[in-house]
Amino acid sequence: MAITREHDLHKRRSGRNIGLAVVLLAFIALVFGLTIAKVSGGNTLQAFDHSYRPVLDPDNVRFQQR
Amino acid sequence: MSDIRTDITYVSTGDAEFGDYIALLKPRVMSLVVFTALVGLLVAPGGLHPIEGLAAIIFIALGAGASGALNMWWDADIDRVMQRTAKRPIPAGKVGAKEAMSLGVALSGISVIMLWLATNALAGFLLAFTIFFYAVIYSMWLKRATPQNIVIGGAAGAFPPMIGWVAVTGSISLEACLMFMLIFMWTPPHFWALALFMKSDYHKAKVPMLTVTHGRKATRTHILVYTIALIPFALAAGFTSIGGPVYLALALGLNLMFLHGAWSIWRRDEGTAEADGYKVEKRVFRFSLYYLFVHFGAILAETALARLPIYAEFAMQFKFLEVF
Repeated sequence: MAITREHDLHKRRSGRNIGLAVVLLAFIALVFGLTIAKVSGGNTLQAFDHSYRPVLDPDNVRFQQR
Repeated sequence: MSDIRTDITYVSTGDAEFGDYIALLKPRVMSLVVFTALVGLLVAPGGLHPIEGLAAIIFIALGAGASGALNMWWDADIDRVMQRTAKRPIPAGKVGAKEAMSLGVALSGISVIMLWLATNALAGFLLAFTIFFYAVIYSMWLKRATPQNIVIGGAAGAFPPMIGWVAVTGSISLEACLMFMLIFMWTPPHFWALALFMKSDYHKAKVPMLTVTHGRKATRTHILVYTIALIPFALAAGFTSIGGPVYLALALGLNLMFLHGAWSIWRRDEGTAEADGYKVEKRVFRFSLYYLFVHFGAILAETALARLPIYAEFAMQFKFLEVF
């Protein structure tokens, strides 16, 4: 039998679900925005390719002089 | 006949509203955290992309909320006993204790990792330490063990401006430490002024509060001593890069007024206080809220004024602590 009467309990659950949906959407938007901001800056991205790159080494005089 | 009951009138665990989960995060405490962290972030040299800054503030606030949820989970037994806290989501039966703990742990992890990714590792570490400090050191250990709980526990509330600063600069400096000390030293006189006129039932919950363990006269002395100890830190901030003449003028006035208030509290006896309904204690407590708000507002104002070249040149004469 289908539920025909909406109880306060259903309203609370509905409110909880809508609240969680809003929070998750806001989180997605924030992470997306953050990704765009980080990629736009772009400087630190080059440092994490797991291999030595002389051009990024501040002690490497030869590349500093360029 | 249907098996579904529609005449349920009570609220049992698991039937919480969304607002009950928000209440677990202590939104009023969060507002102070957001304000002080925002000031720390805005006055720090350098700068963040606006979205990075927004993310940093949101995750610092979320971390504070997570520690609030963990605190409510741990303190559910004493919250049930005390009138002021009996309506919190766990003692009211709206949210289960384990649910609150899970929420606290999950939000702690998310906030720390996200702050780290959004800004830097030190900011993430400081946020993790703040949550640990509030949930473990304060809630689980000190709160029920010593009447100095509020003094040491105040550190948790003092970290946000430092985290905001570190989120931008990546390092801890004198300015960040002074903003920390400003809140850290302000917390005891602020809280004890409240404890004097709020006839709380902490004794019923067996929480050692200074007013109960050492008496009200000792609490008045403590308020005066901590207020005196607070002044050098509040004024010293005026001689660093976050200070300047406007901050110093305001800080001088505010500290003299706070000292006068603490002195008035110290001079009073319990009979006089009770006769006038703790008028002075209530006034000093209200003033202490403005005290902190105006100090951080002045720090923010100094940064805004420093954009004016004439003011910046004049203000430089005061900032001699920058060399350290």
